[in-house]
This record gives sequence, structure tokens and C-alpha cells, in this order.
Amino acid sequence: MAKVLMKGNEAMALAAIKGGCDAFFGYPITPQNEVPEYLSYHMKEYGRVFVQAESEVAAINMVYGAAGAGARVLTSSSSPGIALKQEGISYMAGSQLPAVIINVMRGGPGLGSIQPSQGDYNQVTRGGGNGDYHVLSFGPETLQETVDLVRQAFDIADYYRNPVMIAVDGLIGQMMEPVDLDNEIPKMDLPPKDWAANGKSGERGKRNTIVSLHLDTQGLEGHNLALKKKYDEMVEKEQRYEMIQTDDADIVIVAYGTVARVVRSVIETLREEGIKVGLLRPITLWPFPEKAFEKLPESAKMLLTVEMSLGQMHQDVRMVNEGKRKLAFYGRAGGIVPEADEIADEVRKLVGGSPA
Amino acid sequence: MAKHEQVIVAGFGGQGVMLMGQMLAYAATNEGLNTVWIPSYGPETRGGTANCSIAISDKMINSPVVTRPDSVVALNLPSLEKFEPKLKKDGLLIVNDAAIKDYEYRDDVRLITIDANKEALALGNLRVANMIMLGAYIQATGIFKKDAIIEVFKKTFSGDKAKLMDINVKALETGMKLAA
Repeated sequence: MAKVLMKGNEAMALAAIKGGCDAFFGYPITPQNEVPEYLSYHMKEYGRVFVQAESEVAAINMVYGAAGAGARVLTSSSSPGIALKQEGISYMAGSQLPAVIINVMRGGPGLGSIQPSQGDYNQVTRGGGNGDYHVLSFGPETLQETVDLVRQAFDIADYYRNPVMIAVDGLIGQMMEPVDLDNEIPKMDLPPKDWAANGKSGERGKRNTIVSLHLDTQGLEGHNLALKKKYDEMVEKEQRYEMIQTDDADIVIVAYGTVARVVRSVIETLREEGIKVGLLRPITLWPFPEKAFEKLPESAKMLLTVEMSLGQMHQDVRMVNEGKRKLAFYGRAGGIVPEADEIADEVRKLVGGSPA
Repeated sequence: MAKHEQVIVAGFGGQGVMLMGQMLAYAATNEGLNTVWIPSYGPETRGGTANCSIAISDKMINSPVVTRPDSVVALNLPSLEKFEPKLKKDGLLIVNDAAIKDYEYRDDVRLITIDANKEALALGNLRVANMIMLGAYIQATGIFKKDAIIEVFKKTFSGDKAKLMDINVKALETGMKLAA
């Protein structure tokens, strides 16, 4: 199908419909408002459910309920709104409920700003809820990659019975770019939702219950270990990343989302100057793509993390690196997208040249 | 011909700078080019400043953020002051100088000044000043033919807005003539 020019938020909303989203529950917040706005018009055309809840806390609990009944559910918000939803996300992980969560990240902490940021890295990859749980999360780069992942996310969430988050900076939500919403994406074989509490077991007296409460310690530990097994499977199977011009690189930049696109421009400029620089681009933020780091060549003596936050992903780079290579960090915060020139200067400094 | 263009369109909120920029992004999409349109977003209000950047390329667009534009289209003084310094050397600067007097423009850029407000009022509606600027822009850059923009107009000015088609086409043509 021909590509259509769409705003990021609207394209994500349409991608969710195409991904089979049955119901949306959310509460407005900039810079993601076009997601619910679009769905408020279009969900009913598909005979699906749209509810604007009275708060983020209400919305995430509606998500819990609908997911528990077996529906494919979406919620979207931006950083402070996601913070409010963390309790519900922990409960969903505990109750093994699938859902897709779109986080269009803005500056923080607190109310912060409404400008683009990646300052949610920790809340996206670690979560803000209690207990041993993980949320499979993606940090896509272009609008096309974003919509492809939104469509796939419903399958992935159902497969693992776990929330899946798409985390994009505000720029991706606000910008327009041509996208193809019908291109081929991987489909997963999904088991029937025989766990759903939908009153359709067919047997009198047999009922499904959805709980995250396990008062018996042995029982809870068993549950925790079962969840762990699932997270281990994600770590094994779901790491996604892209490596760009890393084969001969002396220095490799680690960046995701919009920053990765800016870094692509940096690579073009610096390669012309003879500086061998590459890009390792995490696509999954959790699980962090450790496998990509194993593939880096010996020549890559240094890793430079660049992000729109002050060193959150850099902590993961440090952990994966285990002291093997020299590390450097460059970040902007407050809603500022780093410019190609300033990243290029940072690399020139690191390789011993002088800034242009 | 290889196409690679980065442009910033800026003006007061309500002058239609976002729409003007979107016209370029739609035309680029129709021609199978890669494009990214980015709006400034924030506490913008009618009368405040607003801007958008558009990157158009026949190659993959790396950085979607435009920091050193090839062209700047400024519809008011604050926008001119903000974006003129960012313009590349020998870049294209198109200014609606309706309310700009005694401004010292950079001398290392290609300058086109148009009193788009006066021209728009002559056509009967101040609000088409943005499409006059769009006409000037496509004429000066040669990036799109008139028909490519007309195709976009057909979608934008349909239904209830069909009555706005004629005046917008005239505005586009006026801008093209003034920049020729």
C-alpha cells in the first residue's frame, strides 16, 4: 500500500486499530493527546471501545479489567501519566495480563515540560511498580518502525501475557512522516486465552480468576519463578537492535529513538573526516540488547552513550560493558534534542581531534 | 535530480505556517519522497510565534531535526530574527515584510521579500498570505511544480472548504509570480 503522511500520535493510534486493539482507556496529557483524540473518533467505526477515564489510575485499572476479560487493550500517556499507571502495570505483570502501553515521553521529573525527552528510560525499563517484574519495552527510531512495533506489540503482549510498552520521545509523537500501515509484519502463533475471566468456560462451577495476590510464601515464590522463566525467555528471544557501520569502527555510539537518527547524520559527517564511528541502536530497551555488544569488533575501543537524559541508559551500557571498553557519555535534558554538530564535536574531542 | 531540502517556516500563530509546511510534506509524500514535518509545540497561541521544520529528501532522512536549514520562510519579525542566523550560507530567505522596516538582512543569503499581507488583501482574504509565501518558495527553489501543490489543495480544500480552493490557487500563483 502507498505510504500516507500522518502525525506520529495518529499513526500509532491507527496502528493499534490495525493491530487488533479491542479497547482503549486513557486520560489526556501532552504530547500524546492525538492518540486518544484519533481513537475517540475511529474506534467506534470498528465497533470497538473507547473510554476517556477520569484519571490515569482509573484508566490503567480499566485496562486491567478488560485485559482480564481477554480483550486486546491499549492505553497511552506521557511520562507523569505513566508514573501514575505504574501500580496498575505491576498488578498486570503479577496477574499475567497482556496490554500495550504507549509512552510519548516528555521532560521531567515531576510535571517537567511537554518537550521531547528520554528521561523515562528507568521507568520504562525498571518500572515504578513493586515486585520482581519486567515490561517488554521498545524504543523505536522512525515513525515506520514505531507503527510496525505498535501493530506487533499486541501479539507479543498476548504471547507473553505481559504488558508491552512502546516508548517514544515527544518528537516522534508530534512529527509527521509517511508511513505504510499495511506492510508485512511478523505474526505469532497465539494460544487461546483460556485463562480469561469472561464467564465463557462452558462448565458450571469452573471459573477463571485474575489475581496478583498470593498469601502463601511458597506459592508466591513459585509464581515469581514462573514469571522469571518468562522474562528469561524474553531476554533470550526478544532482544532487538540495529548495528550501523560498526564493523570497522573505532568508536561506537549507543543511542535509541530520535537521538539515533541524529547520530546517523553525525556518522555521515565524521566518516567524511576519516573518523571511524558506528552506531549501536537498541530497539528493545528491555530486554537490553546485550547480544549486540558481543558482536562489536575488537577495533571498537570506546563506547559513547548519547541520550536525551542524563545517563540512564548509560547505566545499562556500563553493566553490559563490564569494564571492557572505555566509556563516555553525552546527554541533553529538559526537552532539548541534541544537535548533530554538538554530538560530532563530542566525538572529535574523544578521538583526540579538535572540534570543527 | 537529487533532492535534499531542509526548510523552516515560521510566523505568528494563526498565520498558517503549520499548514504551509504540511503542504510541502504532503507534496513530497505524493511524489514518493521521504519527508519529516516537525511542529514547534508548546504554549503556542494565536498571536504567539509558531514554526515548523520540513525535511525532504530522495534518500533516507537521518536527523529529522532541522538545525541548519537550506531555506527559511519568515512571516513576521520575531521569526526572521530567530531563524535568519540559522540559515546556511547562500541559503534562501523569504520574508513577509508587511510589518518589517529598516531590517538589516544578512548579505550572504538569497533574499526575497514580499508584502504578503498586502497581496493577500488584494486577493480578498488576509489569511491566504501563507499560500503566497508557499508559491514564492516553490518558485524560488523549484522543489515542486505548481500542479504538485494543487493536488494537495484538492484534498485540503474539499467538502466545506471547497469554496476556498480558488483564492488559494490565486495566492499560490501570486507568490510564484512575485518570486520569479
